[in-house]
Amino acid sequence: MKNKNKAIIYVVLIVMSFIMLVPFAWMVLTAFKTVGESTQMDPFVILPSKFRLENFDEVMHNVNFGRLYFNTVMMIVLRVLCAVLTSTIAGYAFARLNFKGKNFMFGLVLFQMMIPSQIFIIPQYVMVSKFGWTNSMLGLLFPGLVSAFGTFLLRQAYMGLPKELEEAARLDGCNIGQTFLFVMAPLAKSSMVALGIFTAVFAYKDLMWPMIVCPDTNQTTLASALSKMQGQFSSNYPELMAAALIACLPMIVIYVIFQKQFIEGIATSGGKL
Amino acid sequence: MSNKPKVTGRERSEFIWGWLFILPTMIGLIVLNIIPIFQTIYQSFFKTGDFGRGNIFVGGANYAKVFADTEVWQALFNTLKYAVVEVPISIIISLVLAVFLNGKIKGKSTFRTIFFLPMVAAPAAIAMVWKWLYNSEFGLLNHILPGKTNWVSNPKIAIYSIAIIGIWSIIGYNMVLFLAGLQEVPKDYYEAAAIDGATGVQQFFSITVPLVSPTIFFVLVTRIIAAMQVFDVIYMVIDNNNPALYKTQSLVCLFYKYSFQQSNKGYGATVVVVLLVVIMFFTVLQMIGQKKWVHYN
Repeated sequence: MKNKNKAIIYVVLIVMSFIMLVPFAWMVLTAFKTVGESTQMDPFVILPSKFRLENFDEVMHNVNFGRLYFNTVMMIVLRVLCAVLTSTIAGYAFARLNFKGKNFMFGLVLFQMMIPSQIFIIPQYVMVSKFGWTNSMLGLLFPGLVSAFGTFLLRQAYMGLPKELEEAARLDGCNIGQTFLFVMAPLAKSSMVALGIFTAVFAYKDLMWPMIVCPDTNQTTLASALSKMQGQFSSNYPELMAAALIACLPMIVIYVIFQKQFIEGIATSGGKL
Repeated sequence: MSNKPKVTGRERSEFIWGWLFILPTMIGLIVLNIIPIFQTIYQSFFKTGDFGRGNIFVGGANYAKVFADTEVWQALFNTLKYAVVEVPISIIISLVLAVFLNGKIKGKSTFRTIFFLPMVAAPAAIAMVWKWLYNSEFGLLNHILPGKTNWVSNPKIAIYSIAIIGIWSIIGYNMVLFLAGLQEVPKDYYEAAAIDGATGVQQFFSITVPLVSPTIFFVLVTRIIAAMQVFDVIYMVIDNNNPALYKTQSLVCLFYKYSFQQSNKGYGATVVVVLLVVIMFFTVLQMIGQKKWVHYN
């Protein structure tokens, strides 16, 4: 009975893994096929006759992936730095300091988290256009300058730390800034990492904002460039899959290497939303 | 112990440092989010003039138009249909997977890594692959399955095909949240149940589900909010000349179309205010309903 249950569990897990992997496998296999192979039905071609790189050459020739990578990585790095930096200090103040206006301000933080983000987009876009930041890195970064969610997450992290540490630091003559910098901030490092990963993944996946502010193919991000390519290569699926693979592979490789940090970072952040 | 001036000194110092620390975040939030909420609501009372500029105040005309607009009603219906399919099915699958992975299983972290994989792929890329899998002539799905299904161009089923992509993309994420919730369930509950002769299925419904109900509730609320904002996949998979467009476009798709493709920001703002109201309605409904089935502690 027990073994039978175990067997069922393994079968379900393996079938599910298969379902999760097939789309990725199909992306890879199609990327190496010729158009002829990809549209041949009788017999249906699963493996390409040989692993050609022509599709990759072709899309890299047509699309400046180097530039797109640069834009995407820069946007991610800047958004992560801004979110982690501002949230780390604000989270500390909300968790540990008492000052007039604190509760109202924290109310605003919570309020922002409850509002669907599309509400902000038109005014944010109008501001970006007024400042002349369309098709620029500043435009891509703009909505990620601060993070209400990050502030909330870091506040939770500080609230879980013992009060004695701060009192000891205070007795040693540290002012609030020093206590924060040398005692408390280092202890919140795991939450900062979690917020960083969370911010990076969602910045990478964001589609609507880069499409709106950076319509220029050379100034935009991978995600938004992919949406344009779909029109450009219309139904040449081997080339589309090659482009999709180029866009996805680095993130997937980084994920597989740091999978524990990724999953825990996203789960601990997501779970506290 | 403490003499008075020292206390006020501490208070003043906390006030100064506190505001210094929250200032960057608060300025950002007010400029980027809080003011824009009111600007969007304000905008929804205006009609954007034909040649850019020139907002014309139209009072409630946009709202009157929204209520009479069958395209908006259809989009709301599409969005709800997507949510009603995606959210419960993804939650059930991911809860079962989490329970399976919570036991003594070989290759636990490999399974977890695989299930979570879609979370780190660009939705644009995922949508492209699925569109290719769904291709009615050359797609892998029609090759494996009997019949010739127009997965994404048949208006009757396209929204469900989109929901399948949504489910596939999110089960790993939900599963990880459930795994965290399951850590809280004491092991001896299961041992006691096993001694009483409860089967695995009985244990699932009488122990696991009630004990992780706070996590289920949390995932339910956040997933419904996210599902109501579905955009990427529909935008990528359903072309403008797809016959299923009308029966698949979500409210956010309409918001994007009106605001940024037809630059009618006033009407776009109205649609997004409607979305906000709908989301708040369902969230409040769940907050009230939770008392019936969520067990804390």
